Parts: sequence; C-alpha cells; structure tokens
Amino acid sequence: MTDVLSVRGITKRFGALVASDDVTLTLRAGEIHAVIGPNGAGKSTLIQQICGALRPDAGTVHLMGRDVTDLRVADRARAGMGRTFQVSALAMEDSVAQNVVLGAVGARGARPGMFRRAMADRGLRDRAAAALDRVGLADAAQMRVAELSHGQRRQLEVAVAMTLAPTAFVMDEPMAGLGGEGSKDMTALLDRLRAEAPILLVEHDMDAVFALADRISVLVSGRIVATGTVAEIRADAGVRDAYLGETP
Amino acid sequence: MTGVLFAEQVLNGLQSGIMLFLTAAGLTLVFGVMGLINLAHGSLYMVGAFAAAAVAAWTGSFLLGLVAALAAAAAAGALVEVVVIRRLYARDHLDQVLATFALILIFSEGVRWAFGSFPLFLDIPDALSGPVMLPGGIAYPAYRLMLIVVGLAVAGGLGLLIAKTRLGVRIRAGEADREMVAALGVDIRRLYTVVFALGAALAGLAGALVGAIQSVQVGMGEPVLILAFVTIVIGGIGSIKGALVGALLVGLTDTLGGVLLPLLFGLFMAPSAAGATGSALASMAIYILMAGVLIWRPRGLFG
Amino acid sequence: MMRERTVNGIVLAGLWLIPLTAWLMGAPFTITLATKVAILALAGVGLNLALGIGGLVSLGHAAFFGIGGYAMGVLASHAQAFDPILTAPFEWSGTKSMPVIWLFAIVAGALAALVIGALSLRTSGVYFIMVTLAFGQMFYYFAISWPAYGGEDGLSIYVRNGFPGLNTLDPIQFFAICAVVLMAVLWLVSRIVASPFGLALNAARQSEARVRAVGLEPYRLRLIAFVISGAITGLAGALFADLNRFVSPVMFSWQMSGELIVFVILGGVGRLFGPVVGAALFVTLEHWLGGLSDYWHIYLGVLLLLVVLFARGGIVGALARRDGHD
Repeated sequence: MTDVLSVRGITKRFGALVASDDVTLTLRAGEIHAVIGPNGAGKSTLIQQICGALRPDAGTVHLMGRDVTDLRVADRARAGMGRTFQVSALAMEDSVAQNVVLGAVGARGARPGMFRRAMADRGLRDRAAAALDRVGLADAAQMRVAELSHGQRRQLEVAVAMTLAPTAFVMDEPMAGLGGEGSKDMTALLDRLRAEAPILLVEHDMDAVFALADRISVLVSGRIVATGTVAEIRADAGVRDAYLGETP
Repeated sequence: MTGVLFAEQVLNGLQSGIMLFLTAAGLTLVFGVMGLINLAHGSLYMVGAFAAAAVAAWTGSFLLGLVAALAAAAAAGALVEVVVIRRLYARDHLDQVLATFALILIFSEGVRWAFGSFPLFLDIPDALSGPVMLPGGIAYPAYRLMLIVVGLAVAGGLGLLIAKTRLGVRIRAGEADREMVAALGVDIRRLYTVVFALGAALAGLAGALVGAIQSVQVGMGEPVLILAFVTIVIGGIGSIKGALVGALLVGLTDTLGGVLLPLLFGLFMAPSAAGATGSALASMAIYILMAGVLIWRPRGLFG
Repeated sequence: MMRERTVNGIVLAGLWLIPLTAWLMGAPFTITLATKVAILALAGVGLNLALGIGGLVSLGHAAFFGIGGYAMGVLASHAQAFDPILTAPFEWSGTKSMPVIWLFAIVAGALAALVIGALSLRTSGVYFIMVTLAFGQMFYYFAISWPAYGGEDGLSIYVRNGFPGLNTLDPIQFFAICAVVLMAVLWLVSRIVASPFGLALNAARQSEARVRAVGLEPYRLRLIAFVISGAITGLAGALFADLNRFVSPVMFSWQMSGELIVFVILGGVGRLFGPVVGAALFVTLEHWLGGLSDYWHIYLGVLLLLVVLFARGGIVGALARRDGHD
C-alpha cells in the first residue's frame, strides 16, 4: 500500500526552541491518521510545514510519491493537498455559496476566467452544491459567512476543501469550538470523508480521535513519541504520562 | 569636480540625511509602537517650522523659535492623537491613510488661512551664518555643520532614551507585543499619546531647522513625508536604526546623485542634454534605490 | 435601503440628464463639469478595482493618470508642431486622433502598472502603501525635470484631439464620448468582478490563506488587477488632458493620488458606481464650496474624516444594500 502523504525528518528551530524534531509520519490510503499532543507540542508548526506555509530546516514532504517540499502553498494545494484551518479562513463578507465556488474555481486551474459570471457557471455551481449537500449546508447557501454559527463555519471549511477533490486532507482541529451536537455531526462527516481521501487529522478532542482514527501519532515537544492503533496508544504508559494523564 | 567640492557634497548629503532621520524616526516610532501609518506627520513638520518662524520673528531669537517649534509640534501632536488618532488604532490601514490625509487637508488649509500663502522667513542666527574651516581646506557653512551635530546628538539621545529609560523599555515592549504591554498594566493610552507627541516634536524640530535653509511655506511637509516613507521602507518599518541608515543613504544618494549623474552623462553627451538627463535621473535615484532594496529585501534592511 | 442596481440606474440617469438639460438650456459650463465628473469617475473606477476589490491601498495611482495624460501630450504636441517623434524606420509625428491616443494611454498605463505592481506587490500592508506613494512621486519629479515636454510648466495642446465623425470641440459631443467610454468600462469591470477571477481577487482581500489553500496565488491575481487598474486610470488621464487641453506634472502629484482615493471612498469603496457618485460629489463640492471659500479643502477634510470615522460605506453604502449573491 503506497503512502499517500509521507513526511520524513521534518525539523524546525526558532532560535534555541526546537519546534519540530525529526518528525516522520505517513498517511495511507483510506485511513484517518490522527496527530495528538499537549498544547505547545508543535502541532500547528508541523501542519504549516506539511502544507507549505513554513519552510522546514530539514526533511521532506511527499504527496503520492511526488516531492512537494519546495512547493509553495498554492502549488501544494494544486498538487492535491486539501487543508482546513484551525481558525476558519473564510471570505467573511461573501456568501456560503461564493466560498465553495471559490474552491471550485481553484480546482479548475491556476488561471481563473475573467469574463463569464462565476456564480452562473454550471460546472462551478454543481461542484459547489455537491460539497454543500454533503456537509449539510445546502440550505444556508445564500447566507453571508459572517452570519453563520461557529459550527456552520467549521462545516464550510470542510466543504471548501472537499471541492478541491484532494488526494489527501490535512485538517487542523476541525472540532475546535464545537459543542456536543456539532462534534457528533463533524465526526460523522469525517467518517464518511475517509473513503474519498485519507485524512491527516490534528485534533484535541479525544472522543472524536478515538472514534475516527485508524492510527494515532503522539507529538510531544516537537517529537513523535509513539505511533500506533487506538488500542496501542491507549495502552501505552509513556503516552499516558506525557499526555493523556493531563486530561481529567 | 575637485576633492573639496566633492567633500562638500558629501557633507551636504549627510546633513540632509540626518535631518531626514529626525522626521523618519518619529514616523517609524509611531508605526512600530502603535501600528499606525500617519500621513499627517508632514503637517507636524510644517507646524514646527511655522512656529519657529513666527516666534523667531517676534522675539528675534532663533533659539526661542526652536523651543516654540518643539512645543507647538508636540502640542499639536498630542491634540491630534487624543481627538482623532486614537480612534484609528483598531482600524485598517486604509482608514488610517484616509483619516490622516484628511488631517493634511485641515492642517494645510488651516495654516494657509492663518499665515497666508506666501512663505515665511526664518533666518539663520548671525553667529552661524558664516563658514567654518574644516581640515582639507573645506569652507563649510557653520549652520549646516551645526545641523549635522544636532542631528547626531538627537539620534544619540533617542537611542539612549529607547535603550536606557523606562519610557524606552515601554516603547520596545510595545513594539514587540502591544496586547501584552496593555495587559501588564502600563497605561497604554498615555504611552501612545507620549510616543505620538515625541514623534511630532522630532518632526517639528526638523521642520524648524531645515526651514532656515529652505523656505517655510504650506506644503513643505509632504515632500519630506514621502522621503521619510522611502527612508523607513529602505530601513525597515519600526526600526530606529533602520531609519538612521536609510536616511543617510537617501540623503547621500539624493545629493551626490544630483551632482554626479549630470557629470557622468557629460562624459558622452552634450552639456545641456547631460544636465537635463542627469538631473531627471537624479530625481529618480532615490526611488530606484528603494526599488533595489525591496527586490533584495522586501521588508527593508532591518525590518 | 434600495437595491444597488436601482441606485446605479438613478446615478447613470443623472449623469446623462444633467448635461443634456444644460445643453438644452445653453449652459456649456455645466456640461464641462459633467465631463470632468465622467473622466474622474473613470479614473476612480480603475482605482476601485485595485482598491475596493483587490484591497490594494495604492497611494500612487496618479502615476497612471499622469502617464495617460502625457501619452496624449507627447503624441499630440508632436502632431501639432509637425515635429517627428520617429525618423527611422519610418517618419511618424504623433497623432491627434483620440482612439489612437487612447490605445497608447491604455498600453502605457498597463506597462507602468506592470512594473510598479511587480515590485510593490512583493510587499504588503504599510510597505505597499508607502511604496506606491513613492513611485508616484518618482514620476512627478521626473516630469518636472524633463524639459522636453514642458517640465514644471506643463504642455498645452491648442486644439482638442479629434474623434472620427464627431466634433469634439462641441461640449456635449465630447461629454458623450467620455460618458460612453465610462459606461463601457463600467460594464467591463462589472464582468470582471463577477467572474471567477473577480471572486478570487475579492476573496484574497478577505483571506489570503483561503485563496492559497484552494490553489490560487494572490500575487498573480493582484498583479493582473493592478495592471487593468493602471490601464483604466491611464485612459482617464488621456481624456482629462484632452478636457483641459493641458498636461502638467500636477497630474502625477500625491495630491492627485489622494483625491482619487478620497472620492472613491466618499462614493463607496468596492461598489461599482461608487467612483461615479464620489466624483460627482467631489466636483460639485469643488465648484460650489470653492466658490464660497478659498479654504474649502478644510471642509473636504472634515467631511472625509467624518465619513471615515462614522460612515465607512460612503454614499452608495448608505443608500444601497448589496445585491444578492448570485
């Protein structure tokens, strides 16, 4: 089974602080691989390096066997990386429909057309509508993002990533700020999503992680201290001390 | 071009550079600490010049004129900060640009209404009106030499202020992390007003000092403002050291370019064409310098 | 609140009705004022694409306005003096034909915007603002110190340039030319804004990270917008020079850049007809308040300050809710 996403030896220092210490992990087809760790473990820094927002000091990132380490964010997205952000990155003044259509525009190619109306374009609208249907936001299509609830915005984040039909999803705390209902819906959504493309899931919400993950990697102080199945990680004493022991 | 003339031009470049630093320092300080872009900084420069000219004419004392410049500019700065500027800290840059542009209009027309459209005169004090003999046989105007000295002294003083005083510590902290400084209980509002007034005073001083060798008139501030922008873009926004380096670079490029470029073109062009081409290019030299720095370092030399 | 389309229709009607009424009543000066509105509006439409949609605070758009003006000035001054610009490979003495001049102005504006934009867009935020201001100044000082085309005194074009089939000296006909050009450009810009490109550009203003995450590069989007913006403002510059039959370095000045931004904001930044409303307001104020007081800029300053602090959407923002998202 080929690795869809392969991260090898990623290292990043900020002065004396080692934010990422020789991080190696893989994402296989059809799986959800969760990355967990206490606050300050370096999860955000790792995501940024995987997605191209930050240059690592050392290490490589491969997507479907292709070396994307030197590609910028936009090029990596074009290569098949579908990212969602911990703090929703959405066009707040625009409508839900416009945000997903933006995704469809990006999926179409690097040079967006300049003459035909975007929102009247059949191809773009269909692709966008399909994504909205699957996350359950079809009814909210005409609402401005600024008017959406937090939960709806998190769903929209996922919808936009879906329009890209990516090779791999890289999701940064999609559960952030969601209450009980929202978390259940998002968990169900991600569960259905894994069939389309594997998900590298950085998350704090342990219920969701244990429900969804095929494999878990534990990041502490920039280093991966353990990788394994849910059962293995739950049983690992070292991990418990370092991380799980912190949660009441 | 003899060695003596060249040395004079270098000194002129230093002088205009160091005066530019005074204006640029205030601008970069305000941006570094408050994150605010202030187009009305040139107006404060103008206010200083007008205050100096008015008071010097009235009292006959250049020194009193300088004191008036500092006081008037600082007061105008503090007033503007309290009434308008503090509403802009949370706004985006476009709003800050527009509001401070509005202030330019108000200041310029206000001064024009109060003083008329004709330039005022600020005379160089008699004691400094002659030349000073420098090593190498250079006879350099005493006043300009004084400007260099005063400018360097102010630069040194500013450096000491930032490095060694409590205000300086707050300024550096504010530049590093605005929210944290407020959370630590420093009276942010007072700090901002003081910083803004300090920047204004520096600009006003520069306006008064330069006003004696150029003229004091409405609209004198904006060309200097734009040069100050070029300076801090080159030096790095928020960096006082960058402002100094940038200002000296700009001053030297402007002065030497204006002298050397026509000469350069004179090597292979007729004198009148060389003069025209040379000075046209010299007027663009600073901007070409800025463009060059940006290509190499998009955040400026020390930004 | 009215629909934005309704407001636009009313403004467009007013833009035509006022000068037509003036023509019928034999008041040519009002027609000239309306022409000035149309031309400044055009310059503002160019700026609005970069500023309102792209989020690029360009304080140096006068560079393009001036380039368009000088494109006209150079071509027409050589033509009126029968003085060749080129002697090889063929002799060419410029032109006094508006369509040809417009072509040069558009290309010149676009090229300048390409160079300035390519450099400036590598920076962001405050740097961008200062850099564009600086480039505007660069052109200003260059124009002053280049004696061949008037230097500081500027260049006079004795006879208005010609347009095939029309008498451009007739105020109402020249107005019609300018108004039609404005309407054509408004239509073009509305298409661009509604297109996938426009959607992406507008999104980049709101969230750069989002646009990158869908595979589009904000730098490229902004550069293209900046080039189109420069071309449009350049065209306006050529028309402005024709209106006044005069071009001078003042067209490059920072005051001009400031005025352009001011009336785009007053009218409603980001709104299609914002620049038209803003230009109309500005020209009206200049004419009316300027007649009352020599220091009318103070009132303009106060008005601008109040709008920025309390009424950010400008006039169109106050009157019209945004049209539906389709």
